[in-house]
Amino acid sequence: MQFLISLHINPAVLDALTDEEKAAIGDGHGQFLQALKQSGELVSTQALVDPSQAAVVTVRGGQPVVTDGPFLEAKEHLGGFYLIDCEDKNRAIELASRIPDAAIEGLGVEVRQVMFADGNLVEA
Amino acid sequence: MTTPDVENLLRELTPRVLGALVRRHGQFEDCEDALQEAILAATVQWPAEGVPDNPRGWLTTVASRRVIDQVRSDRARRERETANTTQPMQAEPAEVPDTDDTLLLLFLCSHPALTAASQTALTLRAVGGLTTAEIARAFLVPEATMAARISRAKQRIKAAGSTFTLPDGPALEERLRVVLHVLYLIFNEGYSASSGSELHRADLAHEAIRLTRLVHAQLPEDSEVTGLLALMLLTHARRAARTTAAGDLVPLDEQDRGRWDRALIDEGTGLVKASLAGPALGPYQLQAAIAATHADAATAEETNWRQVHALYLILERIAPNPMVTLNRAIALAETEGPRAGLALLSTLDSDERMAGHHRLLSVRAHLLEKTGDTAGAYEHYRRAAKSTASIAEQRYLESRASRVRP
Repeated sequence: MQFLISLHINPAVLDALTDEEKAAIGDGHGQFLQALKQSGELVSTQALVDPSQAAVVTVRGGQPVVTDGPFLEAKEHLGGFYLIDCEDKNRAIELASRIPDAAIEGLGVEVRQVMFADGNLVEA
Repeated sequence: MTTPDVENLLRELTPRVLGALVRRHGQFEDCEDALQEAILAATVQWPAEGVPDNPRGWLTTVASRRVIDQVRSDRARRERETANTTQPMQAEPAEVPDTDDTLLLLFLCSHPALTAASQTALTLRAVGGLTTAEIARAFLVPEATMAARISRAKQRIKAAGSTFTLPDGPALEERLRVVLHVLYLIFNEGYSASSGSELHRADLAHEAIRLTRLVHAQLPEDSEVTGLLALMLLTHARRAARTTAAGDLVPLDEQDRGRWDRALIDEGTGLVKASLAGPALGPYQLQAAIAATHADAATAEETNWRQVHALYLILERIAPNPMVTLNRAIALAETEGPRAGLALLSTLDSDERMAGHHRLLSVRAHLLEKTGDTAGAYEHYRRAAKSTASIAEQRYLESRASRVRP
């Protein structure tokens, strides 16, 4: 079963962390990634640029309109994700609980099962 | 010989060659790696240059050389590290006896130290003869992910100190149940093709049937093995009828029974009959008997629901499970009316395993629709559609919801 573990970050919360705390988060993600690779449960992972760099695209009357900034006016934004393939939802939750963000107030770690997948993983 | 013929031959030979290698060299994990390399070499060479006169001997020799090379280089490394003198090379061993080690390998791959995902992957590779790339495609994960999973599984088996022998007594029985469960998981993975590459997943169902046939050939007296094979054949027989050309699900009562595969049904039904004559009844046998009852009806209206209900009652008694009760409620609704079915469903409401489960919601929706409660049916179809992880099922449930929209 595949699950997306999405990381919802709050830039203000991250900015308030000390350098040691930031380094610990980075190390924690590194170890988490390594363990996922070794167990054969990682499909892929991506981290995204700061939400301020986002562009929102709308098409009105057939004309595309591009505005700067994130779509949602929120404190938290999608910062990145792990796409995993594991035994069941319990295992996905167990894995998610090892992500350092889960232990920090104001950062969100969300687990959702994948319903449809396609792309370059699968060559016909 | 064409490429598919070569692939079929390789898959057939895989467990026999691997068994011979493990008997000769020990070290399941090294032998399995070596055989995988030999199979890859054969996949390239045989279609182009022709299949050798003794393909099994070819594979055994090529893989054996690789195992010995591996042992040599491991030893050389150790000797460099310990500055030891050279030791005589292991002689080429005598020809091994022609035993069928399929069962032994299946037991090893279903080792209890492994997760179900690892058991299925390793079984497909070591017994099924599929390449890591093929297994990765079938499970929709990158090849590197599957390679890591298989390698981890082999390390675990090594660490558990497993020997290449059959367990005996109750342990054998217990391990055989795991083997059958792994084969059933492989089959279901292929059957419930819900995403991406349906073709490759259909192959999994074929592969599960092929492997279960191998087990059945070894243990023809085991009624659960027979039951599982029959269940797979009877389920597979409906394959062409269970989806439309557009990929939409067709429920059992609306399927075009003319598209069911008669040959598979006849074989499956024959196996069910033979197995029911045995001393004990098991869950696979009963599920196969239920599938055979459906297969027996020329139209949905002619289904012998009393028999289906009776079989579910026995199944519920020997293997209690809320999913079985749920299915019994469907049969009960057919014989006693939808309200009786709904009453039985309500006994599942307190079961944590079923809370918010899409199957409970969809069966309830279906029975509410039959009582004429369209508002209730609509609500439950919608909730069921939101709860499922299958796109095909979601589409089906949404179409049912639209039909009863108040």
